[in-house]
Amino acid sequence: MRFDKYEWTAISIMVSLFIIVGFVQGWSVSLVILNMCIISAIMTMGVNISWGYAGVINFGVMGFLAIGGLAAVLVSYPPIKEAWHVGGSGLGISFVLLIGLVIAVYFINKLVEKKSHKYWLNGLVIFFGVIIIRYFFLNATSKIEEVDPALAGFLGGANLPIIFSWAVGGFFAGGVAFLIGKVALGLRSDYLAIVTLGISEIVVSVLKHEEWLSRGVKNVIGLKRPVPYEINLQASDWFINMVTWFNSSKLNQIIDPDQKQEILNNLIIDSSSLFVKLNYAILFFIVMIVIYYFANKAQISPWGRMMRAIRDNEVSANAMGKDIVKQHLIIFVIGAAIVGVAGAMLVTLDGLFTPSGYRPLRFTFIIWIMVIVGGSGNNLGAIFGGFVIWFAWIEVAPLTTFLIEIFTSGMDPQNAIRLHLLDSVPYFRYLLMGMVLLLILRYRPKGIIPEKVRHS
Amino acid sequence: MVDFINSIVVLLNFVIIPGLSYGSQLALGALGVTFVYAILRFANFAHGELMSFGAMITILFTWFFQSQNIGLGILPTALIALPFGILATIGLGLLSDKFVFKYYRTQKSVPVVLAMVSIGVMFVVNAIIRIIVGTETIKFSDGQKFIMKAKQFKLMTGLNEGLALKSSQVITILITIVLLTFTFWFLQKTKTGKSMRAFSDNEDLALLSGINPDRVVFITWFIVGTLACVAGTLYGLDKSYKPIIYLNLVLPIFASAIVGGIGSPFGAVVGGYVIAFSEIMVTYAYKKFFKYLLPENLEPSSLVQLLSTDYKFAVSFTILVIVLLIRPSGIFRGKVL
Repeated sequence: MRFDKYEWTAISIMVSLFIIVGFVQGWSVSLVILNMCIISAIMTMGVNISWGYAGVINFGVMGFLAIGGLAAVLVSYPPIKEAWHVGGSGLGISFVLLIGLVIAVYFINKLVEKKSHKYWLNGLVIFFGVIIIRYFFLNATSKIEEVDPALAGFLGGANLPIIFSWAVGGFFAGGVAFLIGKVALGLRSDYLAIVTLGISEIVVSVLKHEEWLSRGVKNVIGLKRPVPYEINLQASDWFINMVTWFNSSKLNQIIDPDQKQEILNNLIIDSSSLFVKLNYAILFFIVMIVIYYFANKAQISPWGRMMRAIRDNEVSANAMGKDIVKQHLIIFVIGAAIVGVAGAMLVTLDGLFTPSGYRPLRFTFIIWIMVIVGGSGNNLGAIFGGFVIWFAWIEVAPLTTFLIEIFTSGMDPQNAIRLHLLDSVPYFRYLLMGMVLLLILRYRPKGIIPEKVRHS
Repeated sequence: MVDFINSIVVLLNFVIIPGLSYGSQLALGALGVTFVYAILRFANFAHGELMSFGAMITILFTWFFQSQNIGLGILPTALIALPFGILATIGLGLLSDKFVFKYYRTQKSVPVVLAMVSIGVMFVVNAIIRIIVGTETIKFSDGQKFIMKAKQFKLMTGLNEGLALKSSQVITILITIVLLTFTFWFLQKTKTGKSMRAFSDNEDLALLSGINPDRVVFITWFIVGTLACVAGTLYGLDKSYKPIIYLNLVLPIFASAIVGGIGSPFGAVVGGYVIAFSEIMVTYAYKKFFKYLLPENLEPSSLVQLLSTDYKFAVSFTILVIVLLIRPSGIFRGKVL
């Protein structure tokens, strides 16, 4: 992983931006932005792997993120025994019946020769199968949802440390991507975009309305953290000693012991929240570097070369004996799995799971802008795109407020236009995103850090 | 017999009339998407925002006319404002073409790049709309709200069930019939329409035979702008205007266009109604309907609902996926106008 001059410039600009924000708006703000930037970078790498390496379009980012988030709930939440007790058997029966139905359909497709018979038989079996399954399923779920609806009303999870959910989220998202890919990957690229977008909407609407699974729109709150809590930190000796040691020069200047204690207390409260955010940042950074390392290794491996060959010329790759359908499926699953990891991390960072928060504008299209802006086909570009776009997404609001203040400084402070503009500050970020995307696509279609062409 | 008529009235009131008006809105939207796809050859993700923009301009003019006390009496004022909205939407379409899409057309970019570009346009238009009117829900329908109220119908016929007819629904259906007739007449009978069909069928051959591509593109945006603005305004009139709704509307519209066979205008219209009716029929609770039809001891105890209304949205996509798997070119074998 040797970076050239250009890439070093990009990295150092990004680092210095965070330092500037740290000094101007405070280190807490800077770390909050950094954490989201890292998660965005991981999502972007996931999309970049399928789109940049192999040209497989994936507009289902939102759905895979939500599935990753679901994994965080299912892994970390303590199980609700009563709900399992009242509804577990019903769910089990309907699950077994569902598997039976799938097997039945499989055999119908295999054994029945005539096409019209096949459709009719399939339709009949599915129709009655669904009616029977629905009976057991709705019975079980309504019982589960009645268990303590204000606090529980769902099955709960496995009560494991939430950090495991990052891997589990990847597996979940990969599994769902496998099913979607099996169905949809034969389609032309723009059809595939629309279909994946639609399927991700279906996934999110299922999560919103199946309350037995994850409480739906009632949200799951209070997920466990992989890092210490501020309250515990503030009470532990080693942390207080550390804060005292860090600020010893400042504290030594103050003579009055009462005042000294008060300042120390404030410092401890501030630094405990900073410390928690820093811990998150370190954890996320490790994940990002690991994924980056393997993504790069994969890209320069023979497998990566094959992927580029498939992307650049499907027909000749096929003529060389490469199984395009299979490789497309593999790369679609890998990309989705990485997005799933990011989804689990996102829920971990927030500590809550809110299915209604998953909107395509925010969680699909912005990620795509990150990929295009950063440079598709280049992992460092993907990371850079994630950082730059998320940074801009957050920082554009204070910047526009500032600009509007300047441009309207001649007007009366109660001027209607001025007030209206100030009210609509949050919407300028969409304008910026659209303009950035259009400009990059027009003048630098390969992205800020383009893919390196290797002649080997 | 009375029971039978009652059950029919229930269906009319809750399924058929809402389905027709929602289907008309989708059909107009899908027709616009199909035009862009067949002639400019890309999937236009910005179409929903184009509709939203048209509706917004119409609303602004409606407010202006209302403040000047200009109105149509029992009809909504939005109908006078509609032509201005249409002009503005056509203007926006032409501007976006001139500054954005044209470059990629001359470069002969692949469709995916154009789809990405349309996402950029979507963001920009979306931002402009939000900056101008914010994100609040706006109700702008005035005039007489109902042509026939449920109570009136009950009194008139002596039936148990009422049939309400909203004026927005009737206006939607009438305008759709007029617009569709005009569009199909234009495509089939006029010289320009024929040249557009030729262009969408085989671009090189059309250019060879002396068809002016710029003119075709201009007419396309003219039609697309008109359809988008009318569809957006009618949707807003029927259900109240909310800027973020239109982004969600893009997906059912795409589904309609693809299910009908993208590129085929007739298919787009049929697809619109197919999607609208299946969304409504699958999520409607048929309890009342069966109550009238079945004898008393067979009356259903549950709601007789296939899927809860929460899944309204998922229905259109499931249909889309099924159609793409069984018959990828859609019901009417799309590709050319």
